[in-house]
Amino acid sequence: MTDLKLTSVAKTYGSVDVLKDINLDISGGELIVFVGPSGCGKSTLLRMIAGLESISGGTLEIDDTVMNDVPPAQRGIAMVFQSYALYPHMTVRDNMAFALKIAKQPKDEVDKAVERAARILQLEPFLDRLPKALSGGQRQRVAIGRAIVRDPKVYLFDEPLSNLDAALRVATRIEIARLKEAMPDSTMIYVTHDQVEAMTLASRIVVLANKGIAQVGTPLELYETPDNEFVAQFIGSPAMNLLPGTITETGETTTVALDAGGTAVSAIPTGPEDKGKSVNVGVRPEDLYTANGTYLLQGKVDFTEALGEVTLLYFENEADNDAMIAKLPGVQKNLRGETVAMSADPEKVHLFHNGLSLRK
Amino acid sequence: MHPAIQGLLTIVIGVSGCVGYFYFSNQFLDKVLFPARGPNAGRNINRANMIRPWLFLFPALAALGLYLAYPVYETLRLSLTERIPGGGYQWAGADNYVQMVAEPKFWEAMRNNMLWLIVVPALSTGFGLLVAQLTDRIRWGNVAKSLIFMPMAISFVGASVIWKLVYDTRPAEQDQIGILNAVYIFFGGTDPQTWLTIPFWNNFFLMVVLVWIQTGFAMVILSAALRGIPEETIEAAILDGANPFQIFFRIKVPQIKTTILVVWTTITITVLKVFDIVFAMTNGQWETQVLANYMYDKLFRANDWGVGSASAMVIMVLVTPILIWNVRNARKEMR
Repeated sequence: MTDLKLTSVAKTYGSVDVLKDINLDISGGELIVFVGPSGCGKSTLLRMIAGLESISGGTLEIDDTVMNDVPPAQRGIAMVFQSYALYPHMTVRDNMAFALKIAKQPKDEVDKAVERAARILQLEPFLDRLPKALSGGQRQRVAIGRAIVRDPKVYLFDEPLSNLDAALRVATRIEIARLKEAMPDSTMIYVTHDQVEAMTLASRIVVLANKGIAQVGTPLELYETPDNEFVAQFIGSPAMNLLPGTITETGETTTVALDAGGTAVSAIPTGPEDKGKSVNVGVRPEDLYTANGTYLLQGKVDFTEALGEVTLLYFENEADNDAMIAKLPGVQKNLRGETVAMSADPEKVHLFHNGLSLRK
Repeated sequence: MHPAIQGLLTIVIGVSGCVGYFYFSNQFLDKVLFPARGPNAGRNINRANMIRPWLFLFPALAALGLYLAYPVYETLRLSLTERIPGGGYQWAGADNYVQMVAEPKFWEAMRNNMLWLIVVPALSTGFGLLVAQLTDRIRWGNVAKSLIFMPMAISFVGASVIWKLVYDTRPAEQDQIGILNAVYIFFGGTDPQTWLTIPFWNNFFLMVVLVWIQTGFAMVILSAALRGIPEETIEAAILDGANPFQIFFRIKVPQIKTTILVVWTTITITVLKVFDIVFAMTNGQWETQVLANYMYDKLFRANDWGVGSASAMVIMVLVTPILIWNVRNARKEMR
């Protein structure tokens, strides 16, 4: 069980801040996923943990030892690269054995470790092949095998599935989940831009944005109680709708008069001092349903997408904002061009003031 | 006529001749020989298209045939004939070869060529690889590379003149202008040495010139190859705990193996044909003879066309297999 601790870690290139004030406690056995938009520094952070990038500020501790200046090979980490990074001139066996041979381990131990990894990953038939004679999925398994043989304290995955096609991605994702189950004590950090990977694999997700951490939490925490508008819109697909409005009633539940004319009731309690505050009401497309009487959102359906299991409604919008989207279950016909009123349960209605959630 | 106008005229005639050839030969093919009309239009178009590549290839094939294939045949023929005093040739069979093999100077040239063959490609490729690796990451690496590449722009004869100055010898009482002797005296040598006349070792003094030139070539090609190695494989090796030497020899070098081979063999071919350096610096004296210079000696100094041609054939036979191998490797790498 290996703990990993980042304390106000920062990364700068010259005068450009890439990451600043990253604080994160990872406890042993967790599978942490870093997600974020491209360019948010999630791969950089992983490479800093690996030791491939220097740490410009703060400290990185693995098992209470500061690792800032420890060479990568001695940090007890192993990394799986997006492009597999297999040594093209070595067989699968040699690829997996390389690190152990460099460490001058006895030959029978090397063989044992390689064979164990090959068995776990079902690579036994391919041990004497060169990487170029393998398929993409097999190559990725070899890359994972190269990490396993080293028996590291921390596994680092840098978008390991993004070079695979859709079907293989699902299969390999499940394989990684199984691998994690088989090695409950190993700590894993996984970088991806794919929400589904993050939601399915993570014990906790770290959302990175604006050079820092936007929120850390379990997948469902991030989905159900986002701390800020960024996380609210980043997690979930299609993204959460945001509607501007003003708080009119406070108390156990909060009522908001929306600028577009509707009324929203949220289960988030507010105090009297909040009355009159301008807020953004957030509601996920899948939480909207057609309403009679009071409505939260009313508009003309501009466009529909029938996916079979769900139907997406895109509402016409006068302003330049993103179109409001509702996701209705099943097949909904003849809604295009109609004016539809939608509502949502108060428990599903989020309130954001200046980008931050009003939930305490 | 003024030479400049003459030159201009030549260019105009040459270029318009080329353009004219391609234009009119294609016109002839399409309009006269196989016109794309009449009852056989389709068949004619197919036939014209089968012939067209050959129209474009013809000038190159003709030039290569005239200047490459025919001389090979003629050299082979000459190597089997001998001059009759007073004019004319007569069939001599293998006599020229027998005579050549009996000459110690020929075997000296063979031995020296083999020495060159081992030393120069190895050192040039080795230094080239070293420089390519060392200059890869530093800021002034490109400046260093340009300097090391510069000798490539100097002709072999020019380089020989430069290095003759390096090896220059002045009488003992004078200042030494040759840098090698200057250094030698500075470090306690008594008499200035005439470096190029010390048998056996003078071969290596000549080889230095070619190594100096070819290192730049090897460096440029190998540097490009090193840059082509995926960065992740090196990062993976760093994470696997490899030190810089292990990364270089076990990760980088194996990945550019084919390029190293191509560079090696290309330099080997240059070495087998080496002539200018020996001709300009020692002219094969003091046991520095090489095959190409031996050939030149026989062909143009001794006017013995038979033996000269025979030695030319020997050079060709030695170069051909390496050349074929080189082309194959280069093609394999391109794929």
